[in-house]
Amino acid sequence: MLSRRLIACLDVQDGRIVKGVRFAALTDAGDPAARGELYERQGADEIVILDVSATPQGRCASLETIRRVRAVLSIPITVGGGIGGVQDAQAVLAAGADKVAVNSAAVQRPGILTDLSGRFGRQCVVLAIDAARRGDGRGGWEVLTRSGTNRTGLDAVAWTGGARALGAGEVLLTSWDRDGTRQGYDLELIRSVAEATQLPVIASGGASGPAHMVEAFAAGADAVLAASIFHHDTMSIQLIKRELARAGLEVRR
Amino acid sequence: MSEPTVIVVHTGVANTASVAAALDRCGCRHRLSTDPALVRDAPALVLPGVGSFGAGMERLTEAGLVEPIVQRIARRRPLLAICLGMHLLCQGSDESPGVPGLGVIPARVAAFPAGVRVPQFGWNRVDPGPGCRLLAPGHAYFANSYRLAHVPEGWNAAIADHAGPFIAALERGPILACQFHPELSGPWGLALLRAWLDRCAGNTNGAE
Repeated sequence: MLSRRLIACLDVQDGRIVKGVRFAALTDAGDPAARGELYERQGADEIVILDVSATPQGRCASLETIRRVRAVLSIPITVGGGIGGVQDAQAVLAAGADKVAVNSAAVQRPGILTDLSGRFGRQCVVLAIDAARRGDGRGGWEVLTRSGTNRTGLDAVAWTGGARALGAGEVLLTSWDRDGTRQGYDLELIRSVAEATQLPVIASGGASGPAHMVEAFAAGADAVLAASIFHHDTMSIQLIKRELARAGLEVRR
Repeated sequence: MSEPTVIVVHTGVANTASVAAALDRCGCRHRLSTDPALVRDAPALVLPGVGSFGAGMERLTEAGLVEPIVQRIARRRPLLAICLGMHLLCQGSDESPGVPGLGVIPARVAAFPAGVRVPQFGWNRVDPGPGCRLLAPGHAYFANSYRLAHVPEGWNAAIADHAGPFIAALERGPILACQFHPELSGPWGLALLRAWLDRCAGNTNGAE
């Protein structure tokens, strides 16, 4: 039986881990290779590296950071940030990534998902979605791009519903409203997206501990991602996995 | 025992950087190649694989590697096939109907049953059968939409479960074919790589 995945996310800027609240007020949270190695040792199932300054600076994710993390990790690495096409993806994979995550570029040109899966296979392609609740009382969520700075008006649930047909193999779903707040995942968002797609869904944004993760799995997530709680040593991955197992979930230990 | 240089088949699209990094951590020498003579005769060969079955066979055919791989297996030279690499050893796959595989494993690769969440992404429990020498029980990392559903004649199998049992890995002497990614399966995966590399070294030393 497939285990529930616990994923540690490294938001990276200029070669260092940073973390903030709702993608802003970023503070330094350590060295990506050192933290990545620690998280693998603690039992992280995957690592996601998001180069948060790549798209705003008009460049692809830092290859040097990927190489340094790959050299010390024996678990899957997903890389996102500024990947605009097959060439960027090729460079990121050659540096040691196993999957690439695309967000802004896919909204601009959905065909990029088809190009990437045609070349590298669907299992290599992660559609990253930053979703924010609509403020106009209409309900639902809209997709944000460019590290949360651009509201697109695109409906997040409808966008995920079409992801598989376009070539995506997985969905990394971040709630902008909950990011860094430790108030828990946006369960309604997870439920709506998991119903709209057959693809595995990674829930992200808002976790403060195992109770939130149990909720996210119950809402339909296949994997849960967290960042701040690990970087600040609030909680070890081992401890979280023990709690998940106690809640009756299958985890790798 | 001296460790041989491992040749990794340069398929162009596979995650060869992760395979290389894992081999580095095992402390062994390795390099990428598509040289048919090397692929046939190297003391240890890795056939990685990411992407579709049809595209994978096309690349092996273009590089003239079909016969060299079939010959090295007939001569029982050490081979590690990973994910799509394992599928390519079979007779064919539902992923690319009409495209013949290398035919070394007498079986056909099939899709998971309808309604199952695919790709199968993540860590699944691997249980080796009694004939397995290299494989140990543990959790391995999988990323696949197709799999072998039955144990092929002449191979020792390890089993995992995703909406029913499927073949997680096959071994026969120094030939190891994994549906999962040992290079991404943490310490357990590295231990399996080391066991296979030791078997390769034993093979070389024993043969000479």
